[in-house]
Amino acid sequence: MSASALQPAATTYRDAIREALRDALRADPRVFLMGEDVGRYGGSYAVSKGLLEEFGEERIRDTPLSESAFVGAGIGAAIGGLRPIVEIMTCNFSLLALDQIVNNAATLCHMSGGQCPVPVVIRMATGAGRQLAAQHSHSFEGWYAHIPGIRIVAPATLEDARGMLAAALRCPDPVLIFEHVALYNMEGALSDEWPQADIERAKLRRAGRDVALLTYGASLYKCLAAAASLAPLGIEAEVLDLRSLRPLDDAAIFASVRKTRRAVIVDEGWRSGSLSAEISARIMEQCFYDLDAPVGRVCTAEAPIPYPKHLEDAALPQAETVASAVRAMFGK
Amino acid sequence: MSAAPAEIGRERVLERLKAMLRIRRFEDRCAELYGKGFIRGYLHLYNGEEAVGVGVMQALEPDDAVVSTYREHGHALARGVPMNALMAELFGKLAGCSRGRGGSMHIFDVSRRFYGGNAIVGVGIPLAVGLALAQKLRGTRSLAACFFGEGAVAEGEFNESLNLAALWKLPVLFMCENNLYAMGTALDRSESQTDIHLKAAGYRIPSFAVDGMDVLAVEDAARGAAARIRAGGGPEFLELKTYRFRAHSMFDSQLYRTKEEVESWRRRGPLIGFTQKFKERGLMSEDDYLRLEREADQEVDAAVAFAQAADWEPVDQLMRFVYAERGAA
Repeated sequence: MSASALQPAATTYRDAIREALRDALRADPRVFLMGEDVGRYGGSYAVSKGLLEEFGEERIRDTPLSESAFVGAGIGAAIGGLRPIVEIMTCNFSLLALDQIVNNAATLCHMSGGQCPVPVVIRMATGAGRQLAAQHSHSFEGWYAHIPGIRIVAPATLEDARGMLAAALRCPDPVLIFEHVALYNMEGALSDEWPQADIERAKLRRAGRDVALLTYGASLYKCLAAAASLAPLGIEAEVLDLRSLRPLDDAAIFASVRKTRRAVIVDEGWRSGSLSAEISARIMEQCFYDLDAPVGRVCTAEAPIPYPKHLEDAALPQAETVASAVRAMFGK
Repeated sequence: MSAAPAEIGRERVLERLKAMLRIRRFEDRCAELYGKGFIRGYLHLYNGEEAVGVGVMQALEPDDAVVSTYREHGHALARGVPMNALMAELFGKLAGCSRGRGGSMHIFDVSRRFYGGNAIVGVGIPLAVGLALAQKLRGTRSLAACFFGEGAVAEGEFNESLNLAALWKLPVLFMCENNLYAMGTALDRSESQTDIHLKAAGYRIPSFAVDGMDVLAVEDAARGAAARIRAGGGPEFLELKTYRFRAHSMFDSQLYRTKEEVESWRRRGPLIGFTQKFKERGLMSEDDYLRLEREADQEVDAAVAFAQAADWEPVDQLMRFVYAERGAA
């Protein structure tokens, strides 16, 4: 064991992803990265900074602004025996590649009778909170989670950012990784040992007996803050980090709900026809008689995300709105 | 074209004729079977375009990848996908090459590197670019052969993919089967530039217009292009000028073209012209034609019997392969 294992270095979420990329590129010659500005620019969010120098242009490939072509090429390269990691600058631009993701990546294995698995990893930034206005602030992970045939993950911690990317590369299916833009600068520690991360199970981030806050991505930290603010009122909130949005870890969700008898789902997506609606429906189907209160939801206001900070803040779930939803549930 | 045309002898003539007749008779039978309800869904037949699929496949090696469209029965047969598995697929049976799950529009046979059967216009083109990228990065000399119709050239994916393949000098053989109609929309009603190969030239891709009714011309053009691609020259583009004799699908009353136009193309169809030319040269006879047609019919009969006798996939298998099975292939 090296000295650094005993003394973890302070690092960031973006560094954690870079470490996973570097490790995969070193370990497996089939792995390569492609996307807009991943090479010379170092990545729009600086995730791939330095990788071009280390691995060269064949494996760190800058692409034209052709989302459909380079995502489709990633799918084709995966079918052709490689392990591509495709970076789409943000999920907002992923809509230009929707045909490839939904009509190809999600269907080819089943439609070909199992002949054509698609082991591609597609990473993209998601979420709001940086005053980027409506066209750069979408949260589409819930949309994608509607589609059978692809896997959707949303790592919220440094260890998950690193470990889930590694797990995604070991998976024979198309995996879409949603990295919330508010997390890239988040600092933390990474151990030398890589804890096992999987891409199917939720993780309890805070245990509590009174209410389950079900969330993922950057909203995890708003929920943890809300839970901290509720404790002095005698409300012990449990916080479950879903991590995998498809498949959903039903067992973990139901266990949390059965234990606390109350649930609030916190999601930066809109609520209509949403992932939060799906989770709520599953709880109703499976835990109806365990509930002491209707399932609550804190989601983004049903409007395009506006630019000015006060309006953007008002549109998004916040620690205070989460806490207030829980307080209302308890009549406090 | 840089490669010299291969020698034309009786053997080659009969082989090409046989390959085209297999497709023609297969497709004619499919139309009948559709009428009887054995084949359902959308069915797009290749009649009139046989010279393209047969000609191109002569230039391909087993390690090359093929990406096709929803009008792909002819490509599959010419590539060597067994007729039994193809017919069973059209019937939706478990013995079909995609377990019956894809049907007419989704023929997959990965053992022959046949990657669909892609039914969204243009959706297969980036796939071919990716397959070519994999082949290049793995250091092979293989290419990816990508079929699409002239309707696809209006799609963004076509333009994005040509640019990417040219930029990265990828081994892709782009092949536009220009049959003049995107469903019912005539080429000159949808494209500002109707000489499609010139679009590829705009991406600095060597591009050629080829008589897609002449199987040997197609073969020679494909061989030349494939040789240059394998030598590391980057992608090439063939515009194969052809015509579909039948309707777009089985739900098409063909109001967008005249019977006279169809008849004039039929008179210069790939089988008629070929047969006439090589009968005159003494390389084949009417008896040869009738024999090959009979043999094709027998093969089709056997394929239909195979498909009819084949089993349905059990309903409890429905959820298999939504995700890849661990430990499987």
